[in-house]
Amino acid sequence: MVLILLILIPLLTGIISFTVKGDGAKALALVSSICTMALSAYVSGSNYTAPITYSHDWIPILGTQFSLVADGMSSMLCLLTGIVVTVVMIVSVNKKVERPGAFCGFLLLSQAGLMGVFLAYDALVFYVFWELALIPVYFLCSMWGGEKRIPVTFKFFIYTFVGSLMMLAGLIYLSMQTQGLSSYSWNDITRAGASLPPEKQQWLFWLIFIAFAIKMPIFPFHTWQPDTYEQSPTPVTIILSALMVKMGLYAILRWLIPVLPAGVAYWSDTVIVLSVIGIVYASCIAMVQTDMKRLIAYSSIAHMGLMAAVAFSGSSVGMHGVMVQMFNHGITITGMWVMVSIIEDRWGTRDMTKLGGMASIAPQMAIALVIISLASIALPLTNGFVGEFMLFNGLFSGTEANHATLMVIAGLGIILGAVYTLNMIQKTAYGNVVKMITTKDLSVNEILGLAIIISLILFLGVYPKPLLDLTSGIAGMIVK
Amino acid sequence: MKAIIATTIFGIIMMFASFMVNNKSAVSTIAVCLFAILLGINIWDMVGTPANSPQLFYSGMLRVEHYSLWFNILMSGCTLLYVLLMGKEIQKVGSHVAEYYALIFFILCGVYVLSTYNNLLMLFIGIEILSIPQYILAGSDKRNLKSSEASLKYFLMGAFSTGILLMGITLLYGAARTFNIMDMVSILHSDALNPLALAGIMFIMIALSFKVSAAPMHMWTPDVYDGAPTPFTAYMATIVKAAAFFAFLRLFQVSFNSLSDHWTIILAVITAATLLVGNVTAVFQQSVKRMLAYSSIAQAGFMLFAILAVNAIAWQGIIIYAVAYSVATIGIFSVLVKLKDYTYDGFNGLAQKEPLLAFTASIFLFSLAGIPLTGGFIAKYYVLLAVVQQGHLLWLVIFALLMAAISVYYYFRVIIAMYFKTGSPEMNSPVTMGDKFMLIVTCILVLLLGIFPQLFLNNI
Repeated sequence: MVLILLILIPLLTGIISFTVKGDGAKALALVSSICTMALSAYVSGSNYTAPITYSHDWIPILGTQFSLVADGMSSMLCLLTGIVVTVVMIVSVNKKVERPGAFCGFLLLSQAGLMGVFLAYDALVFYVFWELALIPVYFLCSMWGGEKRIPVTFKFFIYTFVGSLMMLAGLIYLSMQTQGLSSYSWNDITRAGASLPPEKQQWLFWLIFIAFAIKMPIFPFHTWQPDTYEQSPTPVTIILSALMVKMGLYAILRWLIPVLPAGVAYWSDTVIVLSVIGIVYASCIAMVQTDMKRLIAYSSIAHMGLMAAVAFSGSSVGMHGVMVQMFNHGITITGMWVMVSIIEDRWGTRDMTKLGGMASIAPQMAIALVIISLASIALPLTNGFVGEFMLFNGLFSGTEANHATLMVIAGLGIILGAVYTLNMIQKTAYGNVVKMITTKDLSVNEILGLAIIISLILFLGVYPKPLLDLTSGIAGMIVK
Repeated sequence: MKAIIATTIFGIIMMFASFMVNNKSAVSTIAVCLFAILLGINIWDMVGTPANSPQLFYSGMLRVEHYSLWFNILMSGCTLLYVLLMGKEIQKVGSHVAEYYALIFFILCGVYVLSTYNNLLMLFIGIEILSIPQYILAGSDKRNLKSSEASLKYFLMGAFSTGILLMGITLLYGAARTFNIMDMVSILHSDALNPLALAGIMFIMIALSFKVSAAPMHMWTPDVYDGAPTPFTAYMATIVKAAAFFAFLRLFQVSFNSLSDHWTIILAVITAATLLVGNVTAVFQQSVKRMLAYSSIAQAGFMLFAILAVNAIAWQGIIIYAVAYSVATIGIFSVLVKLKDYTYDGFNGLAQKEPLLAFTASIFLFSLAGIPLTGGFIAKYYVLLAVVQQGHLLWLVIFALLMAAISVYYYFRVIIAMYFKTGSPEMNSPVTMGDKFMLIVTCILVLLLGIFPQLFLNNI
């Protein structure tokens, strides 16, 4: 029942929010997101004893049940969703937005969709939520985005829709292979998929993988991403980059690797090579960006690429690292976007060549930017370090020798990451002082939002055990 | 089959009403009441029929299965919904309102015959009863040249396809020496196949493809749908088409099942062509009404999947598809008739002016595009499932999914116009509380179909 509430609270408050006029919607959304966060924290906490499950008949003739399971990985991502949406709401409390009722409504609806994706334990339920999470985001980008928003988000929508239809075909095929009556439950799908002959798994792999690859995005399916991030309003960019791309990675861990082991084994080298190309390519492009939003968008492709590569390496430590890093990356990149939106608010531009001197006129802001940036390049004692260390450890300890070679190339991406991130700090925080439009350091709500992010960064950097324990059992289950 | 008699009588009553009652809205009220009674009679028919034992009527000319009756109930329900949504627009088409309703009653008679026929002659009669009122309805806006053109075109093409159908029936009779579709099953075997029978099947397939506007026999569809008065386009594109599909499926599932090796590949090519032509051409349309005409061709491509599947799921597939598609299409047409300008630009800014209209239209478009939790998703899911289970035509399933992705493009263009562009659309008529109420009811139906499809399938 708790799990149903995790979906229902944002869903209902989202619908109510549409009817609220004025800024009341923001307050409603804030309260709702705090409730959801508290609930997801409770779900994660109870996970140390036994996972919570929920199941109810939905469409029996199709063999689908409305079943939800919050194991370590699911509850961790629900918690991430809860935290990120709350931070978004806190930070945007004093921002002006047209039609706040609809804006908050769509945000909460997308949160409901995300919760559903992370909790679904039935393939059809998973598919339904996968699509439902997309539609509110589509409206958010198209209604509140930048100048080129309509064609850009349309491209994004068509891209992801094609992918998810392919996935649907794959899931229908898999459910046909289940024993007895066709069924969509995770257990049955996994059993059916794993017992398929390898040749079948090999082509089925692409049917399902493309949807996830587009969402993450893995090179060469990434072309929608920088444009969409740039054109979206910042709260939406946060939802997209901190949460929606995690849907892709989560789906690979839950609905691909255990389901089609032979297909994954056959194609894993291809995917790793694509991911490594993506890492290096995105890092190189990020270095020459002057728009902060585009820079972070490309850096996100690089980070996700590393996680995708390790997810396919078949090492259990690495897999554990991927899960931990999903959480960490979500937290860190949320902080990054919040900083970008603050900078844009104060200076009226995101162009780094027109910025500078933040450290002398807004020291609090500069401190926050530096800490978050250091977490992004995975400095020890920040949360990024723990995850990235496990990722590399996993790849090197993997069975295949060529993985190590690829890792060295991927390591290049890390160095480049340091280059462009530090470069960004240098250009914005130091150098010639550029006057702000509205001269003001951080406001109270911004301090509160950033405090949540930064304290998580530091806490998990020093003491990552709660996060590691939460997901420790799952990695072994996926890799077998 | 009390419904067949009832609908004929009601049609005649409506014709008398045209000179007994002068008030247009009174005529509409009478019609709505009669449609509601007709729905009741259909339910009565269903309750009176034991499940799992088909009954023969009229010297074995009609064979009534449980799912046929359920289909009749659903189609009568959709017609009632249609009349409630479109009643005011039907009154505006011309001065012969009562006759329009009479013709719709006669079309329903054709629907009932097509869902229960047991004899190829009844198939022919059913198709004719279904088609002839439509030729008149298409041309009912007499002062409009396009409407007259649509009527003539439809009539010529329809007459032509009927000829082909008769030719097919004749050839088939030559091979099987019977018109009875059940008796045919034991005579038509693949091992000793009479070439006459095969030719007959092909002719019938082509004639029925005409009726359901499958490519390359679809040419009449855009012109007729575009030219006919919008309220009648809505009816032609939904209930009529669904009934033609049901007849198509009935014949090919029951009689020609054992010969499926011979005709599947041809029908598969027709399906692929229909999907391609419908979806790709719809992308280039500037008028929403014409886009919906092409989209109805595209949707027909999906319904053809049910016929390709030749298994038990196909029945459920065609029924759920017929309902989901009909409800959503009637809904979107009832939004369309409220607007003066049928181009995409005519929809600009509708969300600001009439939020409820824009919202419900979005739900209908979601359903047509096949977004989860709407009826359209479950419908597409079902027909694809039927083919996947049959196992041979996976390439077609993948192709269909790609085409479904294209369809998102043109359906969402309407949503983009309504929500993301600014403008002030001119309305044909003010949107009353009654309209809003009916649109919300339709919207709830679409969502119910998507979330609890078993409500609409429990009876078969």
